[in-house]
Amino acid sequence: MTRWTKDPVLTVEHLTMRFGGLVAVNDLTFQAGRGDITALIGPNGAGKTTVFNCITGFYKPTEGRLTARHADGRTYLLERMPDHAISGEAKVARTFQNIRLFGGMTLLENLMVAQHGPLMRASLFGIGGLFGIGSYRRAERAAIDKARYWLDRVGLLARADDPAADLPYGAQRRLEIARAMCTGPELLCLDEPAAGLNPRESAELNELLLYIRREQATSLLLIEHDMSVVMEISDHVVVLDYGVKISDGEPEAVRNDPKVIAAYLGVDDDEVEAVEHEVEEVEREVAR
Amino acid sequence: MEYFLQQLINGITLGSIYGLIAIGYTMVYGIIGMINFAHGDIFMVGSFIALIMIIALGLTAGSAIAVVILSLLLVLVLAMVLTSAWGWSVERIAYRPLRGSFRLAPLITAIGMSIILQNFVQIAQGARVKPLQPIITGGYTVMDSNGFAVQVSNIQILIIMTTVILMVAFSLLISRTSLGRAQRACEQDRRMASLLGIDVDRTISLTFVMGAALAAVAGLMYLLYYGVIDFFIGFVAGVKAFTAAVLGGIGSLPGAMLGGLLLGLIETFWSGYFSVEYKDVAAFSILAIVLIFLPSGLLGRPEVEKV
Repeated sequence: MTRWTKDPVLTVEHLTMRFGGLVAVNDLTFQAGRGDITALIGPNGAGKTTVFNCITGFYKPTEGRLTARHADGRTYLLERMPDHAISGEAKVARTFQNIRLFGGMTLLENLMVAQHGPLMRASLFGIGGLFGIGSYRRAERAAIDKARYWLDRVGLLARADDPAADLPYGAQRRLEIARAMCTGPELLCLDEPAAGLNPRESAELNELLLYIRREQATSLLLIEHDMSVVMEISDHVVVLDYGVKISDGEPEAVRNDPKVIAAYLGVDDDEVEAVEHEVEEVEREVAR
Repeated sequence: MEYFLQQLINGITLGSIYGLIAIGYTMVYGIIGMINFAHGDIFMVGSFIALIMIIALGLTAGSAIAVVILSLLLVLVLAMVLTSAWGWSVERIAYRPLRGSFRLAPLITAIGMSIILQNFVQIAQGARVKPLQPIITGGYTVMDSNGFAVQVSNIQILIIMTTVILMVAFSLLISRTSLGRAQRACEQDRRMASLLGIDVDRTISLTFVMGAALAAVAGLMYLLYYGVIDFFIGFVAGVKAFTAAVLGGIGSLPGAMLGGLLLGLIETFWSGYFSVEYKDVAAFSILAIVLIFLPSGLLGRPEVEKV
């Protein structure tokens, strides 16, 4: 029994997603362990983002079950929840491949929006907020503190009152992660967080993700193309190809899985052995 | 000069009423990109609710001043609550089931709701105009020269003050509170807002509720100012307020206030200096000219294509 089957934060069982005749994800089963960084990888069009969209309520899966399990043992069936409850109750947050910040709002406001649920309750649905009742003021102050903490974490505290749209690309990515963290997630799903980042920004990102795993009670599930990122930070790798899982395990094991190599290099099954051999040779050369 | 001042006071009063209604249009447009054509009729319903309650309370100009103030406050609050319930119901019944359908569908149901509300009030309350004795009378003479006295009546003061207070409160609600932030977030990216735990349906409902509450205030003010209402006032007032919202830049809250004020002033000055008959022509011509040169209105942001 592996670590992630013992204490999973997310269990995906027999997930199938069809769009008309196209099967984007076919009978996918995997688990993401608590406290792990789980990477979902695969060639373009493998169905990775579709999986994310099912997890976060963007799509209703054709078949299958998605279960989020909190540290206290409560479970949530994600495919049955409206999407605001997936964040609000099941505590599953996500970021997007193309950044979706609220560009017209300030950095601080972006992070405050993510804490809407508790603030709304404290303000008696907004009306109390206008009159500044005590519970709302306290909740608001706590929310601001949390927002400032995360802004500081991602190195953007100095720009707290600038509109989010004014930030450079790399900073927008970090802000998006900070915003997702402000919802207090048990599981954070990141869709290609390193896309379009330069090496320095990419290194900063890795550090941020490792920090989240180390210091926060948040597990991470990420889609990534950049194999160096995957191998460097993830604890568990799931590989998809044409909507089917082809490999699942520790990064080291997955890296050497011939099926994975074949999928990435695009060869027929009978050529796999030849490819494997080539890879070994290259590795030996590099080692020399 | 005196004449100008008098027209200015009248124009600001009228503009305040337009502005209050226009906020309902602009907020709904901002959050779901739809023109709520039934909003003018919500204003009319608010006006009728206020009328019924004033009659039920037996308010007349002869009542003691404290009684008048307290009763009007009660009428105001109750009219806001009841009209909000109407606004909420309209959204729940006619617009929410159509969310995510093609763009014209809610527009058509909005026109349908407008007709339903008009006909309902016409049947339930009768088609004849409903007069109300002036309750708030008197006023101040600001300036008096050559026999022309510039008057500002108490009711005008009341309307302008109420509007200013409400608009300040409203701006604070939008800019400072969690609810306002949620509304602005839904305006920009509804899906993302939902993924951050915001109940988008509820936020939209509350937007309709707020718009309807302000329309109810406008309805009460209209009733007290003109003293005559009928089931059809919502149409004209609605079109004017919608125009005001477009003039100011639809989707922009300060734009709606500015647009309402400008429209009121244009109409009043045109009536005062040129001809009453052509006041609507003037107002709409100016709208057309503004939109030719500023397609997104005075304070509206140009639509930026998302990539």
